[in-house]
Amino acid sequence: MLATSRNFKANARAGLADDNLQKALALARTGFPLRRSLAVERLPEFEALRESGRSIKDHVLAHLDFYLELYESRAVAAGGKVHWASTAQEACAAVLQICRSVGARTVTKGKSMVAEEVGLNDFLEANGITPVETDLGEYIIQLREEPPSHIIAPAIHLIKEQVAETFRAEHSALDPARPLVEPRQMCEEARAMLRPRFLAADVGITGANFLVAETGSSIIVTNEGNGDLTQTLPRVHIVMTSIEKVVPTLEDAVTLMRLLARSATGQEFSSYTTVSTGPRQPGDLDGPEQYHVVLLDNGRSALLGTDFQDMLRCIRCAACLNHCPVYAAVGGHAYGWVYPGPMGAVLTPSLIGIEEAGHLPNASTFCGRCESVCPVKIPLPKMMRHWREREYAQKLSPPVYRTGLSVWSWVARRPALYHAFAELASRVLGWAGRGRGRFRSLPLANGWTTVRDMPAPEGRSFHSLWAERQR
Amino acid sequence: MRVALFVTCLVDLFRPTVGFAAVKLLRDAGCTVEVPRAQTCCGQPAYNSGDRADAKAIALRVIDAFVGYDYVVAPSGSCAGMLRVHYPELFADEPVHRERAQELARRSWELTSFLVDVCAMRTVTARWSREVTYHDACSGLRELGVRPQPRELLRSVAGLRLKELPGAEVCCGFGGTFCVKYPEISDKMVTDKEADIVATGADAVLAGDLGCLLNMAGKLHRQGRRIEVRHVAEVLAGMAQEVPPIGAPR
Repeated sequence: MLATSRNFKANARAGLADDNLQKALALARTGFPLRRSLAVERLPEFEALRESGRSIKDHVLAHLDFYLELYESRAVAAGGKVHWASTAQEACAAVLQICRSVGARTVTKGKSMVAEEVGLNDFLEANGITPVETDLGEYIIQLREEPPSHIIAPAIHLIKEQVAETFRAEHSALDPARPLVEPRQMCEEARAMLRPRFLAADVGITGANFLVAETGSSIIVTNEGNGDLTQTLPRVHIVMTSIEKVVPTLEDAVTLMRLLARSATGQEFSSYTTVSTGPRQPGDLDGPEQYHVVLLDNGRSALLGTDFQDMLRCIRCAACLNHCPVYAAVGGHAYGWVYPGPMGAVLTPSLIGIEEAGHLPNASTFCGRCESVCPVKIPLPKMMRHWREREYAQKLSPPVYRTGLSVWSWVARRPALYHAFAELASRVLGWAGRGRGRFRSLPLANGWTTVRDMPAPEGRSFHSLWAERQR
Repeated sequence: MRVALFVTCLVDLFRPTVGFAAVKLLRDAGCTVEVPRAQTCCGQPAYNSGDRADAKAIALRVIDAFVGYDYVVAPSGSCAGMLRVHYPELFADEPVHRERAQELARRSWELTSFLVDVCAMRTVTARWSREVTYHDACSGLRELGVRPQPRELLRSVAGLRLKELPGAEVCCGFGGTFCVKYPEISDKMVTDKEADIVATGADAVLAGDLGCLLNMAGKLHRQGRRIEVRHVAEVLAGMAQEVPPIGAPR
């Protein structure tokens, strides 16, 4: 996917000015956190579970090569095929080669952020294969030719009226006078449109929430059951996923799933949890003839042993997005690539470079709400700060800002000088603001005063007053 | 107990009354209070801007300035969090400095949590007839667990009624340099906060961090709201009558 993260400021401005987006975000901002907090309240051991989740992932990351090889050998033993892909191009090529080998014309797709990351849909279309998204949100945005704006709720940026409009425009064979007001009506319409596509598809592509090393299985969780139709009906099932999804055992996967559903949607468990181990076996009632797993690296292994390794613990629950005040203000598209919100602010520079994605780790107040809800305790603000440090070290931040910071730091290390400046500033600003008690505009403080007043200082610095009173 | 007050740069420059209020509260709690002159700022602006070298240089000065006191107390969760959580992290790879940073961290406290958790203060003698709401500044809340302490003390203020702020734990959009680097996003956040504050119907909004207070006061004034904005220490120390609210005419 082509990144526009460099234009974060302009993207954000567009998001702030979009009334429909703001309506949609206002609902999400309160809904997700409330549902999560109720689910957490109902599970007294939730904090202990977070600790378990963290240690499972840390253990895997410390032995990633071992678990990936074990996973591959078990997956192959179950009759599956594993395709290793270092880059997005290799991943796309592997999928295309499988599709061509069976003469596929249409593929159905369950939701997969990794497929978004490698730009699979565009690639398949360019090669004459039609991908059909089957997750309701993904289906809607595919019709609208938009990227997802959220990692578990891809169409969260839309209000239902926009969805109705899209369906009327795209489902042109249906009766134009049909009612499309309630979400249920739209859901049923999408289901009716998708049913023949499920049946006609030659290949089904899903993501994976977890790969289980001990059994060679892949696991997906959905709330719509679309993943099951996608992977069971066609002759070929391709799992498109990335290397950090592997966990040692089924037990570990279940521990993480208990965290995932509560953190994501406040559910105790997702509606559908499907474990796939190889293709259809003799005696099985259904299942694909071929089972392939495309395992993407795309820069992830390079994060091992760095300041950013902890990011690979991420289980893509989106709790950090759902609790982020910046995400809630600007929406997911502002981030300009596949992964938005706090997890995107750390992951995106790792995968596409800090030169392109420099705004993302900067556009945070470090309020820390993301880290406080992360089911695997990823220190997201700390890692955003690490990105700022790299940016600073590479001199990528604006020169004016860097110079200002250096001057200020120099003064801050010289208490006598610092106190003299503080007293002077306090007196000057205090005197200038003595009438109104605040400034509507102030030289060099535009960023502040364009949107709010600047309260005036009282007029003397604390240290000066204190020194006087000690005499 | 010999307590050093870490004034913080914003209190020093904008609102010395908060510093004097902190001194009064600490003395009421039985502490001997000193204000080391060698202090300036905790270095958070450099630290959060990725300028680790300057942040370290400033941190070492702060560590030196506060040697020998039983406790270091700041009327700010953000600055106290810097000393308590981030200094040890800053020197994680430098054993000698790290040990000194950890030693300072163990002695460093945010004001209201110090009064309640260390000094076992349960009540204050102040009187202030207002209906107030309270915003939990992010660093104090999530880095230091400051939430019950200011509320407990506020409940003892004669005449004061506390009305909880919905979304009190959501950031106000200040975020240090964030608010000037991304003013439009900051504006959206502080506008939402302003709406929540207004919806409570409270006469005043209090918090324990001057950064957030300047931001919220600036927005409330820009919108023409007549809601008083004050640091919690001013109210607890009974000094709210001595100075006008933040951003109000003198």
